[in-house]
Amino acid sequence: MRYMCLIHHDEAALAAAPPSLWGEYAAFNEAMAKAGMTSGEGLEPSSKATSVRVNAGKKTVIDGPYADTKEQFAGYFIVDVPDLDAALDWAARCPSAQYGTIEVRPIKAWK
Amino acid sequence: MSRDEASQTAERVARESYGRLVAYLAARTRDVAGAEDALAEAFATALRMWPAEGVPQNPDAWLLTVARRRQTDAVRRRHTRTAGEAHLQLMADEIEDAAQSPDDIPDRRLALMFACAHPAIERGMRAPLILQTILGLTAQDIASAFLISPATMGQRLVRAKGRIKDAGIPFNIPDREALPERLDAVLEAIYAAYAKGWGEIDGAGAPLADEAIWLGRLVVSLLPAEPEAKGMLALMLYAEARRAARRDPNGAYVPLDQQNTAHWDDWQIDMAETLLREANAGGPSGRYQIEAAIQSAHVARRRDNAPTWPAIVALYDHLYGLTQSPVVALNRAAAYAELEGPDAALALLDALAADKRMADYQPYWAARGHLAAKAGRKDDAHEALMLAIGLSSDDAVRQYLHKRLEALRDG
Repeated sequence: MRYMCLIHHDEAALAAAPPSLWGEYAAFNEAMAKAGMTSGEGLEPSSKATSVRVNAGKKTVIDGPYADTKEQFAGYFIVDVPDLDAALDWAARCPSAQYGTIEVRPIKAWK
Repeated sequence: MSRDEASQTAERVARESYGRLVAYLAARTRDVAGAEDALAEAFATALRMWPAEGVPQNPDAWLLTVARRRQTDAVRRRHTRTAGEAHLQLMADEIEDAAQSPDDIPDRRLALMFACAHPAIERGMRAPLILQTILGLTAQDIASAFLISPATMGQRLVRAKGRIKDAGIPFNIPDREALPERLDAVLEAIYAAYAKGWGEIDGAGAPLADEAIWLGRLVVSLLPAEPEAKGMLALMLYAEARRAARRDPNGAYVPLDQQNTAHWDDWQIDMAETLLREANAGGPSGRYQIEAAIQSAHVARRRDNAPTWPAIVALYDHLYGLTQSPVVALNRAAAYAELEGPDAALALLDALAADKRMADYQPYWAARGHLAAKAGRKDDAHEALMLAIGLSSDDAVRQYLHKRLEALRDG
């Protein structure tokens, strides 16, 4: 099954994270690549986000993220594994799991 | 064999087979609901035919053959494309092979239990899910035991089964590293079912408690090297052995210390003692082993007059170290009273009162009332007993506490 692991960061905790985090990320990315899983992206902080919504043909642009919550969407990676446990293992290995929450969701299979 | 006997045999065999076949069929597709649907018809047919024609030599093979027809029909209805047909044929062939040699049907019940008790399943639904998938209990049966309306229970069971399939929860026994935590969830679910059954004391039998013990035996037989599984089975058997002694002939509540030990079931106690010895020899002591050891000490104390209160307090100390549970602290205080007197125990309860969960915890107030009465603190005892009565859900316990309250007024 394919799962998208959605990284939600506590941005304050992330800002205070030690520089070694990026070393951990390099190792994690390498392990992912070795396992044949390559797709994933990290995002700039939510302060750089702009949101847009169209209501009855009228476009509204909002300065900031969709929801103003403590943990912000910060990136994702995709794993293709036999089951949920294997996906959860990858999510737990992601260094971001120590600074927020990784939501693991099955990717819709279009039959 | 009379028709009644044949009926009972059919039901017993069916119950054994049910979980095994659901587990086998569902493990292949993760579709628990689909497996149940396919088996439902097979079982209805079996319970109709077996009492008349006798239980077949290989009940599993018989049921699997009938269920297979049903399952492939259902899949055929869903998949009309050729790709579906090929998959379907493969699946049918595999099941056909399994039905030909039923001894080779792998037992996936434990895997199914681990799927039902997966952390991705809502905690409160794990025990109901196990009871339904392994034992085939209806939502209605389970609902009454868990104090949820049957309609709500039915919906939540459907949702939980959907989650197994949709989230991709695996059907496997976790590896050694993850096993202790996952096994805890399985044991917790079974013990939750037993705890519900423990309250089923009025009326005939104790179906839920019986089912929980049956599941406990199953886990022990499938994971014989796990001491906690044995500890939990022992704990349930100690409790079950005292079932008949917990009420007097008039249905009134009888506390442990006043129970007639002649009404205890020696056979169950012996079995519990053996399991506990094996568990203790098998590895480090976990929560269930310690709780079973406490029950063993109560048996020795009541049956052989052995002075086991110091051991009981020490075991509670150990258990509290593991669990930090206020309930354990409360039980420890009650045991402590037997060594150091009610005033010393009441001081422990005072410290515990800061825990907000104690405010509406019936056993806290019952223990407090009991100890305060012993210590001659009448006002304190009166207040605590009144609260304990108000918080009781069991009428026999309520009557018992009323008697204590009257004794307090008269004394």
